[in-house]
Amino acid sequence: MMGKLTLSAIPYNIPIVMGAVAGMIIAAVTVLGLVTYFRLWGYLWKNWLTSVDHKKIGVMYIILALVMLLRGFADALMMRSQQALASNGGAGYLPPEHFDQVFTAHGVIMIFFMAMPFIVGLMNFVVPLQLGARDVAFPYINNMAFWLTVVGALLINISLAIGNFARTGWLAYPPLSELHYSPGVGVDYYLWALQIAGVGTLMGGVNFITTILKMRAPGMTMMKMPIFCWTALCANILIVASFPILTATLGMLALDRYLGMHFFTNSGGGNPMMYINLIWTWGHPEVYILILPCFGVFSEVIATFSRKPLFGYKSMVYATACITVLAFVVWLHHFFTMGSGANVNAFFGIATMVIAIPTGAKIFNWLFTMFRGQVEFSVPVLWTIGFMVTFTIGGMTGVLMAVPPADFVLHNSLFLIAHFHNVIIGGVVFGCMAGMNYWFPKAFGFKLDERLGKASFWCWIVGFYIAFMPLYALGMMGMTRRMDRVDNPVWHVYLIVAAGGALIIAAGIGLQILQIVYSIWKRVELRDLTGDPWNARTLEWATSSPPADYNFARTPDGSSIDAYWEAKRKGTAHPNPAASYRPIHMPSNTGTGIIVSGFAMAMGFALVWHIWWLAVASFAAIPVLIINHSFNENRSFYVPGDVVARTEAAASR
Amino acid sequence: MDGSTPHGHGGHDAAHAESGGHISLQAYMIGFTLSVILTAAAFGLVMAGVMPASTAIPVAFALGAVQMAVHVVCFLHLTPGSAKSWNGVAFLFTVVVVAILVGGSLWVMYNLNYNMMPGA
Amino acid sequence: MTVQSQVVGDDLLLHDLEEEAHHDDGSMTTLGFWIYLMSDCILFSAIFATFAVLHNNTAGGPDAKSLFSLPYAAVETGCLLLSSLTYGMAMLAMQRDAKAQVVRWLGVTLLLGAGFMTLEIHEFMDLIAQGAGPDRSAFLSSFFTLVGTHGLHVLSGMVWMVVLITHVLRRGLTPENRTRLMCLSLFWHFLDIVWIGVFTLVYLSGVAA
Repeated sequence: MMGKLTLSAIPYNIPIVMGAVAGMIIAAVTVLGLVTYFRLWGYLWKNWLTSVDHKKIGVMYIILALVMLLRGFADALMMRSQQALASNGGAGYLPPEHFDQVFTAHGVIMIFFMAMPFIVGLMNFVVPLQLGARDVAFPYINNMAFWLTVVGALLINISLAIGNFARTGWLAYPPLSELHYSPGVGVDYYLWALQIAGVGTLMGGVNFITTILKMRAPGMTMMKMPIFCWTALCANILIVASFPILTATLGMLALDRYLGMHFFTNSGGGNPMMYINLIWTWGHPEVYILILPCFGVFSEVIATFSRKPLFGYKSMVYATACITVLAFVVWLHHFFTMGSGANVNAFFGIATMVIAIPTGAKIFNWLFTMFRGQVEFSVPVLWTIGFMVTFTIGGMTGVLMAVPPADFVLHNSLFLIAHFHNVIIGGVVFGCMAGMNYWFPKAFGFKLDERLGKASFWCWIVGFYIAFMPLYALGMMGMTRRMDRVDNPVWHVYLIVAAGGALIIAAGIGLQILQIVYSIWKRVELRDLTGDPWNARTLEWATSSPPADYNFARTPDGSSIDAYWEAKRKGTAHPNPAASYRPIHMPSNTGTGIIVSGFAMAMGFALVWHIWWLAVASFAAIPVLIINHSFNENRSFYVPGDVVARTEAAASR
Repeated sequence: MDGSTPHGHGGHDAAHAESGGHISLQAYMIGFTLSVILTAAAFGLVMAGVMPASTAIPVAFALGAVQMAVHVVCFLHLTPGSAKSWNGVAFLFTVVVVAILVGGSLWVMYNLNYNMMPGA
Repeated sequence: MTVQSQVVGDDLLLHDLEEEAHHDDGSMTTLGFWIYLMSDCILFSAIFATFAVLHNNTAGGPDAKSLFSLPYAAVETGCLLLSSLTYGMAMLAMQRDAKAQVVRWLGVTLLLGAGFMTLEIHEFMDLIAQGAGPDRSAFLSSFFTLVGTHGLHVLSGMVWMVVLITHVLRRGLTPENRTRLMCLSLFWHFLDIVWIGVFTLVYLSGVAA
């Protein structure tokens, strides 16, 4: 009846896990209790959970990302402290099987459930506004995509309390991840969390490509599109072209584990290296999926706060497109050491180095945008400058490792760990923070506190260098990744310093939470009534903050790269609000997305624990619900003109 | 993929003509006839055993590729002229990615076997 | 300033009208579905690549030559090719606004799809009964997965066809239903193209080698 699931699946005997689980349960009960106490369920269900409004979905994605940042960062602190304690003869406090779960969960959570939702959330919120559109192309699918991502995140967190998580590293390389070596449920949690979330990501990719190609404001040709939309387009092209590979690869691993097939096993003619080959044909484009939209954020921020048009818009577009294609021809640099021979390694090494060219062009574009501009050192600009310095260093260590002989020395060492944190924290995390500080007033109508924002930035950047520069040195000395303890006393001091850096980053995260809480408290003082607090350039600032459900009372004109800047210059930015409005056609909210995701969740959990009846039943329920939704004829409604007029009058009061 | 063609709302028409536009009986009949001939040729070639495997396999692949092209043009209604529409651009990009993925994987894995499993 | 913005306002009002007109014309749905098909194409290519890499790894078990029957595969191919033509007939009927004929041709397509699926399931059962199941060797794992993934797609296309027949019977050839029929048409023809890859790579080159 319950498959492999018994009460012994709950790890009562591990105090650290039980502490974390208790914390999670207390937090969840508190939130649910408060929602019930204030009778917010109806409001939440009607206005948020079932909403097809891209702005609300964007905000929900970012909330998910911030929550998962805390979980992933807790894992990071555990790793840093364990290695600091267990490098000088001590044993530390994490046994190997627990440490292995921690580093796996850290990687999976940070990439799939922190960075991805953050990026997708920013795109969701910003892209339709920048295009001058009312919503995305497929609003109902947008809602479902979000909830499927949540299901993935929930499954991983459930694995903490019921059963365990994979001990394989974030890409679950076989043969270690095969049934023979990982007989527990950990890898199964990994597989179904990623498969379900991956479907959501793919849906989002299709949605955003269609939105960007089809829903631009009149006059907005492709080469007049804000640069963030260009980077979002390229990132979504990469999603659509690479996520199916991940689905297929994980699907084959699942078939090995569930049906005894032999794709990647040691026996039966399987070939584990094929998994590594396939997973990186997804994995390398994935890092560009994360970084390209951040490049877009930095471009918008630096142009706005330098009071100048972005330098080299066209070269930026071409560089982005170039990176999009090159992303598909470098995957082998993740496994130079597997033994493909000199021709193969030389090809992929050179292709990797070539990527530095368009990326370098971008750095110069940003520098020239600042050159002779009136740069205002606001919080988003600090993140951007921090990015330019940090990312350049990370890029250089990357080019170093693109040389196959050098990679043979550095492969799987802490040098690699330092390199990719250098580009992912310096690029993606800084980009997300810059974007959050930049667009927060648009989403909520008040700014985030500057002082706390700057303090958080300085903690992050100082903490980052102290935490990761020692890892470069350790990598050079030969320390490999994923070790729960080391017996070389020389390394001890470096690990202590690195742990100190992690604590400074922790302070940065604390200050960020404080910044948000404090800004909500002081929201009246921080209120922005103009809708354009930064004197910005693109269309999202042309409407009120927060924008009405329909975004724009009248479809704006997009016939300039800096359309809103141009309109402000010509004095046409705010047409007479007293004029009459046409009714606006809007999509209706639907609960299908969240209900389908609920069944997907039941299916994932049932598959992990081999509860076959539940798996089959919930799998069957999904198409039934979707087909049922296709018979629903009330999918859109009109906002009457006088309601629009009243809303607009209230906003411009 | 640089989007140098100024699409904007103009993009609607090209895509629309192709998706909801007129479909002719002629295109379907030509497509079907060609694909029956090509399928029969490929199966006949292998079943009759007229050529050694080293020739038959590449020829079968060539026939398959031609047949795929026929289906794309006659059934999916994608013509060389639709390279300017988004459907066409997306299709070309996909062909490139598929070629990289399949070709690259075979090259990498062949090299690996050659270097790491001599005699296998 | 006021006069100017009034003019701009009117101008924008016109754009607004234009946008309303574009909202539901189905071209957005068709493009979105086309992009999904492209991603599906890449999913298949990953499985094709795996089959190509693993097809010699029989682990001492049976190989393609001893397992596959070309006449059988030819009949399967015939079913799919014919079903592409009959789906095309349904689309032509839709163009003539002949609702009854649309439903009839969709029914014929559905039967051909069912025929294909019956043949495929029979082939799978037969192989498993011979001891050549997917757990026998890497070659057979990739064979069952490649052909099975295609089969699952055909099956979901059939379910979708039943749903669309219901839609058309209930509400007729509305613009929305036309868009849906168009999308399923793309899907169905796409599966045919994938099958060309399957019979060439799996059956023909397997038996010829």
